[in-house]
Amino acid sequence: MINNSTMSRVDWSAQISKARLFLTVQLPALYKRYPFAVIGAATLLLMLFIAIFAPFLATADPQAVAPLNRLKPPSWEYWFGTDALGRDVYSRVMYGTRVSLTVGISVAVLSTVIGLAIGLITGFVRWVDAIVMRIMDGLMSIPSILLAIALMALTKASIENVIIAITIAEVPRVVRLVRSLVLGLREQPYVEAAAASGTPLLKTLLRHILPNIAAPLLVQATYICASAMITEAILSFIGAGTPPNIPSWGNIMAESRSLFQIAGYLILFPSIFLSATVLAVNYLGDGLRDALDPRLSRRM
Amino acid sequence: MLSYIVRRLGATVVVMAVVAFVVFSLLYLTPGDPAAVIAGDVATSEDIARIRQSLGLDQPFLVRFGSWVWALLHGDMGTSIFNSLPVSKLIGQRVEPTLSLTICTLIVAILTSVPLGAIAAARAESKLDHAIMGFSVLGFSIPVFVLAYLLILLFSLQLHWLPVQGYRPISEGIWPWFLHLILPSLALGTVYAALIARITRASILDVLSQDYIRTAQAKGLKESDIMIHHALKNAAVPIITIIGIGIGLLISGAVVTETVFAIPGIGRLTVDAILRRDYPIIQGVILIFSATYVMINLFIDLSYVFFDPRIRY
Amino acid sequence: MINQLRRSAILAIIPAVLALGLTSFSLPAQAQQQKTLRFIAQADLKILDPITTTAYITRNHGYMVYDTLFAMNSKFEIKPQMVDKFTVSPDKKTYTFTLRDGLMFHDGTPVRSADVIASIDRWSKRDGLGQKLAESTDSWVATNDKTFVLKLKKPFAFVLDALGKPSSNVPFIMPERIAKTDAFTNITDPTGSGPFKMMKDEWVPGSKVIYVKNKEYMPRKEAPSWASGGKVVKVDRVEWLYIPDAATAANAIGNGEADWWEQMPPDLIPLLAKNTSVKVENIDPLGSMGLIRFNFLNPPFNNDKMRRAVAMVVNQQDYVLGIAGNADNGKPCASYFTCGTPLSNNVGSSLLTGKRDFEAAKALIKESGYKGEKIVIISAADQPIVQSQSLLTTELLRKLGLNVELQAGDWGSLITRRTSKEPVDKGGWSIFHTWLVGPDLLNPGVNFALRGNGEKAWFGWPTDQKLETLRDAYFDAPNAAGAKKAAEAVQGRAFEFLPYIPTAQFILPTAYRTNLSGIIVAPMALLWNVEKK
Repeated sequence: MINNSTMSRVDWSAQISKARLFLTVQLPALYKRYPFAVIGAATLLLMLFIAIFAPFLATADPQAVAPLNRLKPPSWEYWFGTDALGRDVYSRVMYGTRVSLTVGISVAVLSTVIGLAIGLITGFVRWVDAIVMRIMDGLMSIPSILLAIALMALTKASIENVIIAITIAEVPRVVRLVRSLVLGLREQPYVEAAAASGTPLLKTLLRHILPNIAAPLLVQATYICASAMITEAILSFIGAGTPPNIPSWGNIMAESRSLFQIAGYLILFPSIFLSATVLAVNYLGDGLRDALDPRLSRRM
Repeated sequence: MLSYIVRRLGATVVVMAVVAFVVFSLLYLTPGDPAAVIAGDVATSEDIARIRQSLGLDQPFLVRFGSWVWALLHGDMGTSIFNSLPVSKLIGQRVEPTLSLTICTLIVAILTSVPLGAIAAARAESKLDHAIMGFSVLGFSIPVFVLAYLLILLFSLQLHWLPVQGYRPISEGIWPWFLHLILPSLALGTVYAALIARITRASILDVLSQDYIRTAQAKGLKESDIMIHHALKNAAVPIITIIGIGIGLLISGAVVTETVFAIPGIGRLTVDAILRRDYPIIQGVILIFSATYVMINLFIDLSYVFFDPRIRY
Repeated sequence: MINQLRRSAILAIIPAVLALGLTSFSLPAQAQQQKTLRFIAQADLKILDPITTTAYITRNHGYMVYDTLFAMNSKFEIKPQMVDKFTVSPDKKTYTFTLRDGLMFHDGTPVRSADVIASIDRWSKRDGLGQKLAESTDSWVATNDKTFVLKLKKPFAFVLDALGKPSSNVPFIMPERIAKTDAFTNITDPTGSGPFKMMKDEWVPGSKVIYVKNKEYMPRKEAPSWASGGKVVKVDRVEWLYIPDAATAANAIGNGEADWWEQMPPDLIPLLAKNTSVKVENIDPLGSMGLIRFNFLNPPFNNDKMRRAVAMVVNQQDYVLGIAGNADNGKPCASYFTCGTPLSNNVGSSLLTGKRDFEAAKALIKESGYKGEKIVIISAADQPIVQSQSLLTTELLRKLGLNVELQAGDWGSLITRRTSKEPVDKGGWSIFHTWLVGPDLLNPGVNFALRGNGEKAWFGWPTDQKLETLRDAYFDAPNAAGAKKAAEAVQGRAFEFLPYIPTAQFILPTAYRTNLSGIIVAPMALLWNVEKK
């Protein structure tokens, strides 16, 4: 007899089989085809896990200072050692995952969305194209450092300011990419056909253009994410980065940079996390590119 | 072609004007004016107000912008608020170190990455390919200053082959000039090389799948000949494009490199000026940046014609 | 086609490079007989005018190219420098000074009384002690080119202390034409009569400053002691290098690319400790002091109970470690005058030296009626000493349960933001940190942070009539014993009123290559007397 509970049991076992299928068959197959991408994705998931569960993974308050314990090398008590103010580096690195990932993902998402919007418009509306591209040229020639410091001085050092500064620097690149793709697609017969049959612009954009540029855009977004995390570290180095008491991988390194020969672990550990994440994101991007459209290798 | 160049040059002027206005406004809005920095720690609010007045910083925005533009049109970029030296002289002092660093970095980056990318493409999907691509991505994932410190640790402090810091002008000898630039170029160039290697590989792979390459192979041409005579030239366009885009990367990385290696370049001049709100220097440098950047892009767009006869302006 | 071009280009370049390389190989033989001292300065020299700014780097530049009428020696005595002899009238209202022979400016003109008077006039418009002197001054008159007279309205015991003031602003003597510049406008001409000449054409701001020995300088016969005595220059050329990265500076000294590093972060001492060619020393006898400065216009620190609560939990040892890293380079100093100087004392110190009591502090906070007002600590990410103090204080206030936020900008924005008298939510501030060198904290006369003159005071604008009255009493003190008593009274009131909280005394060590000798032990870097083998 088939009733609700039987159905739900069937449902449930179907789910489990799907999951088992994924884990035992599909995932290994994926791994075989794109080993680096899978490793990259796994690493990224690990970082996300760390970011979310940082309060449970940390062994101390990342902001608690204890000058008496300053500059202690890694030990059973302080897994990654302590910094110049006695703060536990391991806990700071755990919490730092949050900031660095936030910066990376926010910049990637924001710059992609904004760049997409602008790029689509310039691709289709000719007179806007000339003006906007020159403005993009101008934007690219203003160093992001200036923007970052100005924003920081206007208000205070904050994660938001860092995100804004880096996003503004990345948008022109996305715009260029979208524009070149749109320009190419515009000449395609099916797009011309759609225009000829009077399809409204918005529909053309959504139905024909967007799906075809989604793939390269996604790949570009992963590269921007990686680049943003590195840029955050550089901004912290210059002193225009995230606030000093809130840890990020970048500012942990920047604060202790003159000590790299004395307490190298202060730079080593955040650097490992940063590099691993950036590598992971890059490999993920490569994998996505290869998987979604082999022809993309040409353009990227 | 000529009209294209003229149009682009005209657009350049517009771009520079927009940039100048944006930067000027940004500085105007940014709190922290040089008067407080000049006055020093001990000053009172009155002192700062007096200094601000003597610098003309209490005048309205349009008056200040107008007088700056007017002076600019007469070839005067103004003088530094702090040391009262002409901005043009200050920038001029920095041109040689900056150009030296940039050119050496470009040479290091391009000379390593283009061949490596080509080899990786020729041996696509092999262990060598993965190794090369792996190294290039690694180069991109380490922040420039970490790389710089590691290089100093190894080559200066352990091996004593190279100096730790500083810049020697060419007038003091080519060899010292070169020695002092090796480590900075390596540090900065590695990041750049990573980008270029990937694009080179991708671009050449694309070209290698073309029919005319198969024809050449069928004709019996040597692999290296195919690569150099056919593939590279046709793959040049995206490679050159990425070099242009990468120059922006170079500028931000250059600041770090200049700081760690104590090279008196334009990057540090800009950051120092920003941190103490030396407006004339900031405005002058940004203007020159944007002009240079736009010119480089124009040059790159024009070079497409050289590499790809299908492109016409 | 490109290939052929490339090939021929490379073939053409190689011999050219070889030729250039070979010729330049002979150059590094450096057939220089002249001795160059490469000095890594504490900061970048931005401003050439030691009167419009109090920046210590500009003061150091002043000591290179200028000379002073009097100077302080290591025993805190004021000794004549440019002055040959002087007399004081019995009623103490007339001082007559005569200049030494042979004093010349770098442009060849002799130093005259008119130059001196113009320089003192400009200096006294900016400097606190100078202003006090000006208040008592009736006139300065030049009797002739070598002799000038100071007439006072009433006796002022600190005339010589003012004219021999060691630190910012130092009354350097400039040519009259330059000294006539408005006291709020930077001068640009570094012509002085000091032991070095600045080579302005070779100056690369942000990178290096070049000085050469002033061969016409006539040093005094006495041995040098701080800025007094004979200034004999024993090198031909000095290069002030600015190396922004501390690790690079340490490596540069270690590698022999520089000779003397003015101030190094104590944490880097281990880097150079094993290097037998480098010596690391504490040659600064006075050191510097960190401080926590309150804003007296905004709640909650306009309430003295709140300030007191903070003082009750400040642990100077933490700040010593945070700033100096270890006990060799810092120590607690619970005095408003630099520890180790004549006027430092213990009156009222128990507030900082007693047992730290968080419970009592919390009770005091409750008693003060604190309603959770937001406290904003402004900090500068590019100033390590400011930053570490800010981080420590932020944590301290958090432990007290206060509503505190750390807002870090750069130094430029800090010193601008602290001029704001607005409430915290309109861009104002509650606390900032900084540090001052020992000579600036010697006594109530020079310690400008210790005043209570409200609107005219240093940032924070504390108003306390008692503090001002006690400060005036110091100036009226008849002798040294009286001065000490007056200083103690000032400090006693300071620990009640708390215009700021001193955090720690620290010394930044200096590092130099072992082939240097003759470095003068002083609270500022002085480059005469230094020999390089």
